[in-house]
Amino acid sequence: MARPTARKELIGQSSDPRVPVSMTVNGERVEREVSPRMLLSDFIRHELRLTGTHVGCEHGVCGCCTVIIDGKAGRSCLAFAVQADGADIRTIESVAAPDGSLHPVQQAFRECHGLQCGYCTPGFVMSIVDYLEDNPDPDLSEDAIREVLSGNLCRCTGYKNIVAAFRRSAELMRGSR
Amino acid sequence: MSTRQFGEPIARNADAALLRGEGSFIDDIDLPGALHAAFARSMVARAKIRAIDTSAAESLDGVVKVYTCDNIGALDAPLPLLIPAPDLTHPKTQRPLARDDVFYVGQSIAMVVAVDRYVAEDAVRLIDIDYDPLPVEMDLERAVADDAPRIHPDVPNNTAGRFRVETGDTDAAFAQAEHITRVKIRLERSTAAPLECRAIAARWEAVTGELTVWDGTQATLSVRGGLASLFQIDEDKVRVIAPNVGGGFGQKIMMFHPDEVLVPLASMELGRPVKYIEDRVENFIGASQERTQIHTLEIAATKDGRVIGLKDDFLHDTGAFIPYGIAVAHVSSTSIAGPYRIPNFRVTFRPVYLPMVQVTPYRGCGRPHACYAIERAMDQLADELGLDRFEVRRRNFIGKDEFPYPREGLIFADGLQVIYDSGDYEEALEKLRQAIDVEGFRAEQAAAREEGRYLGLGLGFYVEGTGLGPYEGGHIKIHPITGKVYVNTGLTDQGQGHETVFAQIAAEQTGARVEDVIVVEGDTGAFEWGVATFASRAAVCSGNAIHMAAVKARAQIVEAAANMMECSQEDIELHDGAAWVKGTDRKAMLAEVATATNPLRYAFNEPSKSATQFAPASRHDGPPLAEGRTPGIEATDYYSPPHATWAFGAHAAVIEVDPELCTIEVKRYICIHDCGRMINPTIVDGQVMGGIAQGVGGAFYERCEFDEEGTPLNANFMDFLMPYATEVPNAEIMHSETPTPLNPLGVKGVGEAGTIPVAQVYASAVEDALRPFGIAPIREAPLTPDAIHRMLKQARTS
Amino acid sequence: MKPALFAYVAPQSVEEALELLASDEMARPLAGGQSLIPTMNFRIAAPSALVDLRRIGALNGHAVEGDVIRVGAMTRQRDLERDEAVQRANPLIAEVLGNVAHIVIRNRGTVGGSIAHADAAAELPCMLVATGGTVVARRAGGERTIAAEDFFLFHMTTALEAVELLTEVRIPALPPHTGYAFQEVARRHGDYALAGVCALVTLKDGVCSAVRLAACGVASKPTRLAEAEAALLGAPPEGEALARAAEAARDYATAADDRQASTDYRRDLASALVRRTVTKAADRARERA
Repeated sequence: MARPTARKELIGQSSDPRVPVSMTVNGERVEREVSPRMLLSDFIRHELRLTGTHVGCEHGVCGCCTVIIDGKAGRSCLAFAVQADGADIRTIESVAAPDGSLHPVQQAFRECHGLQCGYCTPGFVMSIVDYLEDNPDPDLSEDAIREVLSGNLCRCTGYKNIVAAFRRSAELMRGSR
Repeated sequence: MSTRQFGEPIARNADAALLRGEGSFIDDIDLPGALHAAFARSMVARAKIRAIDTSAAESLDGVVKVYTCDNIGALDAPLPLLIPAPDLTHPKTQRPLARDDVFYVGQSIAMVVAVDRYVAEDAVRLIDIDYDPLPVEMDLERAVADDAPRIHPDVPNNTAGRFRVETGDTDAAFAQAEHITRVKIRLERSTAAPLECRAIAARWEAVTGELTVWDGTQATLSVRGGLASLFQIDEDKVRVIAPNVGGGFGQKIMMFHPDEVLVPLASMELGRPVKYIEDRVENFIGASQERTQIHTLEIAATKDGRVIGLKDDFLHDTGAFIPYGIAVAHVSSTSIAGPYRIPNFRVTFRPVYLPMVQVTPYRGCGRPHACYAIERAMDQLADELGLDRFEVRRRNFIGKDEFPYPREGLIFADGLQVIYDSGDYEEALEKLRQAIDVEGFRAEQAAAREEGRYLGLGLGFYVEGTGLGPYEGGHIKIHPITGKVYVNTGLTDQGQGHETVFAQIAAEQTGARVEDVIVVEGDTGAFEWGVATFASRAAVCSGNAIHMAAVKARAQIVEAAANMMECSQEDIELHDGAAWVKGTDRKAMLAEVATATNPLRYAFNEPSKSATQFAPASRHDGPPLAEGRTPGIEATDYYSPPHATWAFGAHAAVIEVDPELCTIEVKRYICIHDCGRMINPTIVDGQVMGGIAQGVGGAFYERCEFDEEGTPLNANFMDFLMPYATEVPNAEIMHSETPTPLNPLGVKGVGEAGTIPVAQVYASAVEDALRPFGIAPIREAPLTPDAIHRMLKQARTS
Repeated sequence: MKPALFAYVAPQSVEEALELLASDEMARPLAGGQSLIPTMNFRIAAPSALVDLRRIGALNGHAVEGDVIRVGAMTRQRDLERDEAVQRANPLIAEVLGNVAHIVIRNRGTVGGSIAHADAAAELPCMLVATGGTVVARRAGGERTIAAEDFFLFHMTTALEAVELLTEVRIPALPPHTGYAFQEVARRHGDYALAGVCALVTLKDGVCSAVRLAACGVASKPTRLAEAEAALLGAPPEGEALARAAEAARDYATAADDRQASTDYRRDLASALVRRTVTKAADRARERA
């Protein structure tokens, strides 16, 4: 294969207009200038390089991109970065302790084999962390747990072990209170 | 003292990083200066392309290049037919970018490379494609008619080939039949839908002439071979890496999706890294799908329900192209007799071109089809002869003493004869029968009917030829400094837990702690030889290769440790990361052993001092590295299976049908599975449960739909109904363990198993529940509430 | 799947928002974005500008005032669902919201957004029709109140004019002696309803003194089942009256056959759901008595 002949000059970014945004992400203040159409998921992943937030459908069904926005779990593919101006965002990277030791929800997923490929996992973890912070004594019946989990798709596990991980999470979080 | 690693439910090595969001999926890889690709795709199913105007797209700010078939050089040719077969008389594969014709909605016509994906998509919309639409036939049965519009002008009857497999004397069996049962069944199109769509990134280093490709593929080594061949580069200059991959389920075993060749091309031409991250809609319309087959099956039986012969003729929808050959249909044909003796059968089939995205294997690969066909027929046979559904199966099982059970004349998907190697089908069914408490259920069912509630019991049995060749390899090396055990193989992992089960296999022999075993795969730079992850073969092929390499490494460790501690080899035992003198606390850490077996000139740490030239332990009469010896603890071996090894299992479910709302509730779902010896029961359960969930999708929810013009109707996650946690039953999973005699570990594959019988189980249960209404037998999957409504209505009016 | 370019503004007041929307007919208001943003990502919708309502304090918040629950358009669905005062005032709301998509979607999705989106199969519009709620539409220099039944015109079409913004949703509290129920059939939990029925049954001396029934998913808009209501009025909520109501409900299912359900199936569902929700609502009315 011949060496490149038509190498264009490095082009940095598109000609979209840029809008300043600033927000707190995982406790740190970030400021960027972004196109108004940049999805929050792309902002988190590509501007901030926090790639633990995954993108599975970009139409709000799969839940892989779930983050916590102003204290509530939400789809980052169904928000624009500009909408999060001034917001407080938590991503999967903030969940474990700074030394890397796992949060009870993460610990529970590991104990219960609640993940296989790991692509949907950050979304599940964020949904569950948010839910259990809001509902420290959740209904642990099978149906109730499955309803809570029903906003996230997993193609690998068949959910059984995620249900178990939810139960174990609640137990571990109660224990650590 | 012995610490078992093999067979233990050990938590996975890979989990912590994935849980912290530290996984490395393709789009997570930061390639500074990367450009982004997007595709203009056909909006019509079958058309002549009159003209393509890319000028507006090219002049858009931020667009670097637009590719069409006219500027991709030698790549403008049909992509490879991966598995040719003599009877595949009319094979067709697609071009990376359409030339003159398009064959399905979603076919790639042009590729835009731009500074970001947003602009690339803007440009795609500026590409003006002028189509001259042609008539299409979307119906599988009508498409084979003489007068049906042809997808490919030179393929009569849209038929890619005519195939026939036969064992025994089918006609003679039918001549002796006392009873013949006939069913016609249909499975619908579905798709693997891994949560990470397909993705690829490429970086060409002009100075060194090296091409690095990050590809979310199941087949790094095969992709490397193909790219080297297509671009005429030495294989050593192409490195293909599949880092974390977010599920594959077969879709990612298909190779040379158009982007897989075009993205490397663009990187080479433009001198920049290029990324293509497929989006969800593209995954539906542009990647691959699988499942539609229509079987017409007849079984010849004696009056007491013994099946003596079988005839099956089926049509297989292969989509617009057949790049993966007839693998799916072939597996269906050779799996059709399931766990039953059926000594005489004939299967004829035709793969048929339809103007939809190509069909390539999806978890199960032809087995769910075969299982649905034979199991629906067995249910019907039982009903017709007034036999119990369990009993009719029991009467036909291959007995546990009849193994190996060859099916003469039948060649499996690995090119080798079908020989069932081991199993105890009757025992598995009996365990299932007891677990579900069939007699208790029948009483409950009768009581429920009194209250106007309708419970049904469904049952499905399956076999799965797993662990297909040709071969895989394993390499093991103990790191002299850290004592960590590195294990390399040529496979890729999409979440199956290879890194843990392979670590267990290596740890079992070397005495390393499982967490100290580092498995490296999915990188052609890490292991040079092998094939890919598919056909439930990783544990069988790579697992045994790694085991064999580890046995060699063990011998090296024992010999070296015995020398170091001046004892006999019989006195050495390996565990907890060290070699121990039995019955003492004397030990040599694996790091020390690895260091001592590598004659050193320089010392870096304490253990290495003992391996340098003037250390007492290094004194030799001859050369430091004795003749014929290699340094360190390191071994490689390969495993090539004699033929597939046959796993099996049975599922049953209790389902309540609400005949008014036409909804179902799965009250119990029980599975018994046998994959020989289990390396890690937790991971086996996870594989089975995941398979069941995909089976549930295919049984009741998922179907890729198209209109009469060939336009996809539900190519997104809102309308393609992948089950959430609320739709998947909490299955009870049991095991039996019948080791295979075919390989040293006694293991069989498990990856696809769970998926296979689920559609049958649902159909069988709903049929049983609604028996009082006199509904017609269920013959199609997925079943839907609307279909249940139709059946009930039909039963009421007839 | 990335959206086309648009301009973005986040005004502080309703007046400002109205001005912005009036100045550009291709501009769209952005509430929770849970329905709009997917269509933009698919590029089915490509508004020239988004007028984000999140900074307008007047659109946030909700309160129970006497026998009306006033819900600011930007109130998140999950907040309304979890509010104990709202649950006390009208427990139907939480029951209905439990069927709207999933928790994480309801965390962002707004009440006003769902009502203005007016999907014919959506649960909230159906609830608003059943309860006899109203919406408040503001325009420059004025506002009007529109009854739910007059508001929903067709699938994704409302009486809202281009110069208007939906600012508030008013849901009546549950009247005394009244029971409620909502039930739907959806393919998956959280999906839009193939058919759903909302029932409010007021019992006096064992007979229905008032009945309100509405259905979603069965027609081109959320539909009041007037004939079914009439069949029950003045009769006990069971037996023959209930059978007549259920039968009458059938004819409201007019949606054409689609990929998930035939008209025929929807007719049967409407009927069965009316029977089940009326029975449940009546049971609850008795419990409350």
